[in-house]
Amino acid sequence: MASLRHGKYRFLAGAILPALLLYAVFVLSPYAQAFYLSLTDWTGISGEVELVGLDNYRRLLEDPLFLAALRNNGLMLLVVPLVTIALGLLLAMLVNFGGRAGSTMVGPVRGGNLYKIAYFFPQLLSLPIIAVLWQFVYHPNEGLLNGSLRAVGLGAAARSWLGDPHFALWAVMAVLVWSSVGFYLVLFSAAMESIPREVLEAAVLDGAGRLAVLRRVVLPLLRENVRVAFVYLGVLALDGFAVVQVMTVGPGGPDGATEVIGLGLYRNAFTYGRFGYAAAMGVALFFLTLALAAVALRAGRRERVELS
Amino acid sequence: MTSPPPPARRHPDRRTLLRVAAAGLAVPALGGCVTSGGDDRSTAARGETSGDNPLGAPASTPLEVVIFSGGYGDGYATAAEATYRQRIAGATVDHKAIQKVGEALQPRFVADTPPDVVDNTGAGRLDLVTLANGRKLTDLTDLLDAPSLDDPARRVRDTLLPGVVADGTLDGKVYTLNFTYTVWGLWYSKPLFDRHGWRYPSTWESMLALCDEIKKTGVAPWTYQGKYPEYLNDPLLAMAAKAGGPDLVRAVDNLQPGAWKQQPLLDAATAIHELAARGHLLPGSEALSHTEAQAAWCQGRAAFIPCGSWLEAEQKGIAPAGFDMVMGAVPALGAADRLPFGAVQAASSESFLVPAKARNPRGGLEFLRILFSKGSARRFAELNSTLPSVAGATDGLTLSSGLGSVRDAVRAAGENTFTYRFRTWYAPLAKAVDDATGELATRRVTPAQWADRIQRAADALARDSTVTKFTR
Repeated sequence: MASLRHGKYRFLAGAILPALLLYAVFVLSPYAQAFYLSLTDWTGISGEVELVGLDNYRRLLEDPLFLAALRNNGLMLLVVPLVTIALGLLLAMLVNFGGRAGSTMVGPVRGGNLYKIAYFFPQLLSLPIIAVLWQFVYHPNEGLLNGSLRAVGLGAAARSWLGDPHFALWAVMAVLVWSSVGFYLVLFSAAMESIPREVLEAAVLDGAGRLAVLRRVVLPLLRENVRVAFVYLGVLALDGFAVVQVMTVGPGGPDGATEVIGLGLYRNAFTYGRFGYAAAMGVALFFLTLALAAVALRAGRRERVELS
Repeated sequence: MTSPPPPARRHPDRRTLLRVAAAGLAVPALGGCVTSGGDDRSTAARGETSGDNPLGAPASTPLEVVIFSGGYGDGYATAAEATYRQRIAGATVDHKAIQKVGEALQPRFVADTPPDVVDNTGAGRLDLVTLANGRKLTDLTDLLDAPSLDDPARRVRDTLLPGVVADGTLDGKVYTLNFTYTVWGLWYSKPLFDRHGWRYPSTWESMLALCDEIKKTGVAPWTYQGKYPEYLNDPLLAMAAKAGGPDLVRAVDNLQPGAWKQQPLLDAATAIHELAARGHLLPGSEALSHTEAQAAWCQGRAAFIPCGSWLEAEQKGIAPAGFDMVMGAVPALGAADRLPFGAVQAASSESFLVPAKARNPRGGLEFLRILFSKGSARRFAELNSTLPSVAGATDGLTLSSGLGSVRDAVRAAGENTFTYRFRTWYAPLAKAVDDATGELATRRVTPAQWADRIQRAADALARDSTVTKFTR
């Protein structure tokens, strides 16, 4: 028995160690180096570096563009996960419980899978391609959005979406929501499908209407999925680099209106040759993401509802 | 809802993972760290010098050339490499044409194992000032003082257009040699102007009058590449430079206090602001990318567009037949302008450099001597309808309308060319100017606010002791 267990651990170690090694070399070591670089004045080119202590962090607090990025990422963090999850839940419910199939009077709509595939489609495109497509949509003169507005007599609402500081960030957020809502629709759908029919049937037998079933039975059972979705979407909202870099004026504009931390990091590292300072931004972003994940996972924690 | 769930799984939970990760971070395992240098290349190869090989390029050491393969392709470089192999008997050339120069070469510069010649061009190029400050570049003085390939009696430096050597100079040392010569101005379609009887304006006053005229025909007078506001900076800063003369440019580049509040700069900002206020800009321009704005201009929806002399090559296949674009110098702000109307903003670009730790720096210099010869430059001009930085390279060639107008502008300007250096020296200041000009053209700031915010950025930069300063 003992030798069996010993062999098991050796097998496990053999399976895990190579992965851990790769993880250490390609994930942990760069992190460690980023922490170290954030305390230096490294230019990205020179072999010589000087330690500058916390100077880079002090500068972060005085950098108007970094502060603008914090504001913008903060707003994205409030809006993108909420809207995406709300839309994802709404669509998933419509697809899974919008029909009147079977005994429960709540069931999938006809052709529900077709909807899922359609909504999931943006997930198959890479983010820069999505950004390019949406840049066409937002084109002030020939774009789909302004064209549609003008076609239905709302020409007064047409504007230069990406050129106006009041709308540019919202335009970016709309793209992020559009591109991720399909994934969460599918995720929530899968979770909904795993809810046993008996539970729903019991609720219906007890006299619960469709809305009550969704609100009191389905939603509570999705709590775990929603929590995880919040973390993923929060990380997405703290990033936003690809869409902003491809789509916005400047990029990051007009005048910092769509500046995000990742963009400032990229610009400082690769355009200004300030890798040390950029590393400090990266470290700040790392802690923000970590804090977000911790808060989200903790805040949503409640007693599990057991089904089996 | 019957039996209790099985005991919780025993694989490591999140907390353990975090703990392990923290331990991993604490380990100062910085071996193979990004900042550590590589093997030492203290001895650079050197061949015998002779009349045919004045720089002493060795035949035994291969030459590694890295070319930015962008709009100009790399055919002109392979042609120069063929000449190199002919002239240095037995030499081999390793040719690489890439796009992301910075990403590909940054690790090699850090490790001190760079190639022998680099065409440091394109959006992803390496920052020149960073390279120079890190002492990663070879001083090109030997090359500039070497006899030119076409005429041994003339040195290489005497075969270049005005400003080319200065463009590659940082702190008194020449680190790069730029192969193309770019002139900035306002572009328009000559047939369109002839058809309407419009005359290119030489003063801002007549520009505004002409814009009123143009607008009546339903064409927007101007458009600009609003997604990248630096395009609109060029006419603004060029008008200011012509009004204020070289002193103004120098004050700006040297980060002098109040430099951005000089009257000619305020006047030029007012001019651009006025253009917007009078509705002379194609609506939506502020959100158009360079390709979108230039396409709208080619479709005849706007009469003028500011751009550098690469525009004609860039619009190949987009400009309709008979569009015949030409470039004019920016109008004079007033009669008191220090520089004549013909003065143009001109600078060389497409930077070639020889890394300090190259294995074969002499070969690198010799390659550049061949590349910057008249025949090579002429081939480049023919292939790319772009002016090379070698004087007289396009003499006798039949040029397209755009390139012809650029050559004429260079001739008309003579010694009256100017260029700002702050864009190369202080990239963050360039960003501040771009942002401010974008806001100016959308009238979200006034000319005075425009000057104020740029001055603040310039002052902050001047105060920052960690930024290496340059003066001219």
